[in-house]
Amino acid sequence: MSGAKFRPSDPVDFLVIGAGSSGGVMAKELATAGFRVVVLEQGPYLTEQAYTHDEIKYTYQAGLTNDPKVQPITYRKNESEPAKRIKAIEYGRQVGGGSVHFTANYWRFHESDFQERSQFGEVPGAGLADWPIQYKDLEPYYTKAEYELGISGLAGANPFEAPRSKPYPLPPMPVKSSGVLFDRAAKKLGLHPYPAPVAILSQPYQGRGACVHCGFCESFGCEMRAKSSTLVSVIPIAEKTGRCEIRPNSYVRKIETDARGRATGAVYFDSNRREVFQRAKAVVLCANGAETARLLLLSKSKLSPQGLANSSGLVGKYLMWDNGGFASGWFEHPLNEYKSIQATRVIHDYYRADPKRGFYGGGGIDARFDYYPASFALHGMPPDAPKWGGEYKQMLSAYFTHTMGVLAHSSSLAKIENSISLDPEVKDSWGLPAVRVTYDYHPDDVATLKWLLTKQVEILQAAGAKKVWTTGISVEEVMPSRHLMGTCRMGDDPKQSVVDRYNRAHDVANLWIVDGSCFVTSGRQQPTATIQALAYRAADFAIRGAKA
Amino acid sequence: MVAEIDAITAQILPSTDGPGAREAGVIYFIDRALATFDSDLRDAYRVGMAEIQQKRKAMFPASASIAGLTNERQIGLIHAIESTEFFELLRTHTLYGFLGHPSYGGNRGRAGWELIGFEDRMAFEPPFGYYDAQDGGK
Repeated sequence: MSGAKFRPSDPVDFLVIGAGSSGGVMAKELATAGFRVVVLEQGPYLTEQAYTHDEIKYTYQAGLTNDPKVQPITYRKNESEPAKRIKAIEYGRQVGGGSVHFTANYWRFHESDFQERSQFGEVPGAGLADWPIQYKDLEPYYTKAEYELGISGLAGANPFEAPRSKPYPLPPMPVKSSGVLFDRAAKKLGLHPYPAPVAILSQPYQGRGACVHCGFCESFGCEMRAKSSTLVSVIPIAEKTGRCEIRPNSYVRKIETDARGRATGAVYFDSNRREVFQRAKAVVLCANGAETARLLLLSKSKLSPQGLANSSGLVGKYLMWDNGGFASGWFEHPLNEYKSIQATRVIHDYYRADPKRGFYGGGGIDARFDYYPASFALHGMPPDAPKWGGEYKQMLSAYFTHTMGVLAHSSSLAKIENSISLDPEVKDSWGLPAVRVTYDYHPDDVATLKWLLTKQVEILQAAGAKKVWTTGISVEEVMPSRHLMGTCRMGDDPKQSVVDRYNRAHDVANLWIVDGSCFVTSGRQQPTATIQALAYRAADFAIRGAKA
Repeated sequence: MVAEIDAITAQILPSTDGPGAREAGVIYFIDRALATFDSDLRDAYRVGMAEIQQKRKAMFPASASIAGLTNERQIGLIHAIESTEFFELLRTHTLYGFLGHPSYGGNRGRAGWELIGFEDRMAFEPPFGYYDAQDGGK
């Protein structure tokens, strides 16, 4: 926690809103290029000393994520339903954002992800569209992200992966029992399992130590600095330039614009809930697919009465969801899956959408265990097991160390009806309208989830599980959605999209929107690698533009 | 009310075959939770427990308390309320109290972790389980 200090009245070159996966990258790129940068982060500035293996704090009390007691979220399936207070979405809320508490899966998109509309065709009831950019435009930035942040994996092991210019900087993580069982079963079924690429250090890298396999990745901050969050990788580099100030506990309520419609900075509540206006020559919005859309909708002005950068009316629209069904298997011998990282083996055999299936969709599938002691007891047991009593207690002791999961990460179709909007009644504790989520599956999303679930069960059976069970795939059972994509769609046509191919708002020449909100399609979840590659690319063009 | 809540948590995780909710101090965890991070749930406990007491009186008119019921009657009473929202809250608190970090007053002697086979350590080395050991960590 060092770096520059700027006065709010002094216009900095770039004001970055959100210090997460993309904001951290933008801050580092802009500051090292010589610009003066302030980063406003609504959450606190925590470091590894603050993190613990405390499940009560991190999974029960939303220790690192948005707390619905302070920032309520409302949810409805469609416009005709009243929205109810439910934590339908979840995002990281501290310096480093979601990259601090994520599971750290780091999948690149495939080439086909950028052109599914052309390749697959139209899907009735969905806004499936091609991206204005292609995989090859992003490839150098995926590579840069992998090297700057520190990603472990094995290039060439996934026969379906898109071409890459360099191997991963670090070898894959050691395989766990779930990975071994998944690997054997998948090969038996003629599939192509490969080591999971993860933002976790398998070896020391850039002054950080390797993972010690404590097992507390998902929902937790890494005490060893082995998880390659922006907090431990690029943010320190940004601060070291002396040109970047990370300002935590700064909750932005409005992006201000001048009479010409150009962004002039942002008004935020500081830790004492006092309003501060930070001036800037340009603004970079990296607040995640939900909060970015909310902030634009809150930033109304005379010139933009329906919200900033929203002449298309598409800000908040085409929200895509964190889709995936879960299957579990119980095995004869101990797996001890609570040790080490959550996922070590993946298949992409079912990734690509194929019209022959009769529906749009596809997914990646991984072997994993993302339960901790209490969450396993609450949610990880077979549905036909008792929920309490002597037999339940005995089953807990037999199941915790002998169970693994197989999770699908599946496509989510963009529908214009699915959205982030401002709740007309519910307010957060600062008095701002709450995020209102409107979301329901497209029928093809359900077909994909069900189809993949049969494949997941098949893998567990081929692995020799003594008992196999699945959890529900309704929207309610899959929430909260942690992959917030699609609410400020990227495109070449200002009438059909919010940002251009360089992540710059069509309507506001000095506003960049760089996070999951720009996604045109969902890929097969695991959006962080693509969010960060897009951030490196957007920064590259923003820097060139500012220096020209 | 403490003894009454304790009686229910001791049915959720009984003391048979090793320590249960009672030995692990789940009630101390609940007390701590309701005094701190879950203080907004105190009303839910008050209302929820009152409803369970009514159910008890209806089922066993001669009884005076949940804790005073026989084991079989306690089990019968819980079956009658197991699909309520309040029971789900009690179950959630019981499991976090049994399997959560001992610093919150529960999981005494790490009884919960011992039962399920969770080793609380900062570092592990491969092999982690039977099957990766079989493969020699390949």
